[in-house]
Amino acid sequence: MAHSVTVERLSKQYQLGESDTDLLYERVMSWLRHPLSRNGAGERETIWALRDVSLELDHGEVVGIIGRNGAGKSTLLKVLSRITYPTSGRMTVNGRVAALLEVGTGFHGDLTGRENILLNGSILGMRRREIEAKLDAIVSFAGVEKFVDTPVKRYSSGMFLRLGFAVAAHVEPDVLLVDEVLAVGDAAFQKKCLNAMDELRSGGRTVLFVSHNMAAVENLCSRAVWIDEGQVRMDGKPKDVIEAYMASNADVSRLTADLSMVRNRRGNGDGRFTKLEFLGADGRPLKFLSSGDRVILRLHYEAFKSISRPDFEVGVFTELGTLVTKFSTWIDYQIPSIQAGVGYLDLEIDCFSFLPGRYYLSLWLKIQGPTYFDVLEHCVQFDVETSDFYGSGRGIHRYFGIVFVPCQWTLKPSLIPTDHNQPYLCG
Amino acid sequence: MDSIRELWRYRELFYFLAWRDVKLRYKQTVLGVAWAVLQPLMAMVIFTLLFGKLGSMPSDGIPYPVFYFGALLPWTYFSATLSNSGNSLIANANLLTKVYFPRVILPTSAAVSGLVDFAVGSVLLFAIMGYYRLVPGLSLLLVPGLIVLLFFLALGVSMILAALNVRYRDVKYTLPFLVQLWLFATPVIYPVSMIPDRYRLFVALNPLSGVIDTFRASLVPTKQIDWQLLWISSAVTLGIFATAVVYFKRTERTFADVV
Repeated sequence: MAHSVTVERLSKQYQLGESDTDLLYERVMSWLRHPLSRNGAGERETIWALRDVSLELDHGEVVGIIGRNGAGKSTLLKVLSRITYPTSGRMTVNGRVAALLEVGTGFHGDLTGRENILLNGSILGMRRREIEAKLDAIVSFAGVEKFVDTPVKRYSSGMFLRLGFAVAAHVEPDVLLVDEVLAVGDAAFQKKCLNAMDELRSGGRTVLFVSHNMAAVENLCSRAVWIDEGQVRMDGKPKDVIEAYMASNADVSRLTADLSMVRNRRGNGDGRFTKLEFLGADGRPLKFLSSGDRVILRLHYEAFKSISRPDFEVGVFTELGTLVTKFSTWIDYQIPSIQAGVGYLDLEIDCFSFLPGRYYLSLWLKIQGPTYFDVLEHCVQFDVETSDFYGSGRGIHRYFGIVFVPCQWTLKPSLIPTDHNQPYLCG
Repeated sequence: MDSIRELWRYRELFYFLAWRDVKLRYKQTVLGVAWAVLQPLMAMVIFTLLFGKLGSMPSDGIPYPVFYFGALLPWTYFSATLSNSGNSLIANANLLTKVYFPRVILPTSAAVSGLVDFAVGSVLLFAIMGYYRLVPGLSLLLVPGLIVLLFFLALGVSMILAALNVRYRDVKYTLPFLVQLWLFATPVIYPVSMIPDRYRLFVALNPLSGVIDTFRASLVPTKQIDWQLLWISSAVTLGIFATAVVYFKRTERTFADVV
């Protein structure tokens, strides 16, 4: 049986910078001067958004596309949905394609909810009869029954998003291309979207899902493709691909990390992290870290000017990108200011209650605003080892979750003696 | 051809986009669709007073209001379509970059939505003709054909302009100017009969001349239909439309990248 989607050596090139023939007048002038040259006399710098990408998807496969920003994921979707055309290479898609690159495409504020459902549904490729049949379902999915005849410009942003997604969720294409649509909205909405995605998956259609939400990719997808700088870097099981991707972003897996040379960072650079150390209770660098250890995280920084009320934050993430917790000086340690120069900040954790496994750290140095001085995402990778925290001879296993909470059990036996010959009666 | 089949598949989108345009144009306005006729009506009044009464412009024996309104109606359709349809691609840039559909639907649905205004205007035209007790003859049968011709002419020019507009931003600004010039080059304010013979060819090359002149003639049995003019108009229209289709198809692939 033919594949659902086939991509062969697809490449897409974009031109950078401004064209010197943006005005018709200029183009005519330029043509008069060089009647034989093709597109203006100037050479422009180009960038290959996609280079030699080849993929094959079968019917019913749900594939997650991951990669850094600017890697070419959205471009791939745009080419697959025929919004833009490849510079070279081919692609074939079997069946009806619907691309969800944005929620509420074509919505117009002056039209009512009902009218926008019709318009948007038609734009997404549904037949009028189909939309009318599903109208009630769409309205109830979005939860806007009372507002369906009010112009959409009066809707709250939440209602707007829900309506847009509701229409999109009811398109039933053979191939669905979804681009980080789930990145917007509040937590409740995102949960709704994930559920809808789950239902779509079980509908047996091919789905291509671009996302930064690794947990969603792991949950929903049967396959993951990592696109890096326009090329397919890895293609396989979601868990494997995600781990490889996360690992590539983290630079080291030791308990001391030199951060000064890390290039993948954001922020204006007035202050930056230079080094991170895991120290034990004795103040000496740890060789390894175990569940429940007493740890001091020492954040070395350098500031190029004095910063008033800086906020230091440390985020700990699981391998799959779930944020476990964030430590922030804003909560309990307001720093009036730091002077220009070097220094370090110690974060003392009495009990590092993380279960064994691999984790990543992200660091932020910012001030309220927010203005970011230095942001290093997933810059440090470290492992937590098993430990016999309770001294019971048993270590807490990683399948007990992500964290453990130090606690103790106490049994208070019943004061009413039970007759062992009688069956136990419940209250 | 594949493209035709695809257009057929997306036929409902034509309707929805045209419906959206008409709805938006008149939602929240007090007079509603009556706005459609106000502009040509006012122009007709001004022309009648200025050129007719004051300037004694010849009018092929047709009462001035009918003479002017009969030309202004198709003219208004043409110029409005040129603006709406010519800008349709950049006005809907958000759709172009996020959804796939045959791009030609945008300028076409704008051209279709203009027909609604035309229809409303026609009612008024017949009312004016009734006032002057002008009863059209058999030549009225030509009108549907003329409307089709007008549609393809407007659409053809708009498609070329729309495609150019995406790539070259100055087209948007030259458009109103172009439309103004075109008005003077078309026998709206003056009858074709007023043009001396040696310039007749240039007037004929303007496809709109044949359409508007014949439109006037089909309303009033006393005026002769200039068949030669009409044939030339049709031929030029066909040429323009064919060019438009080719050019649009060729540049369509780059719209989403350039818009």
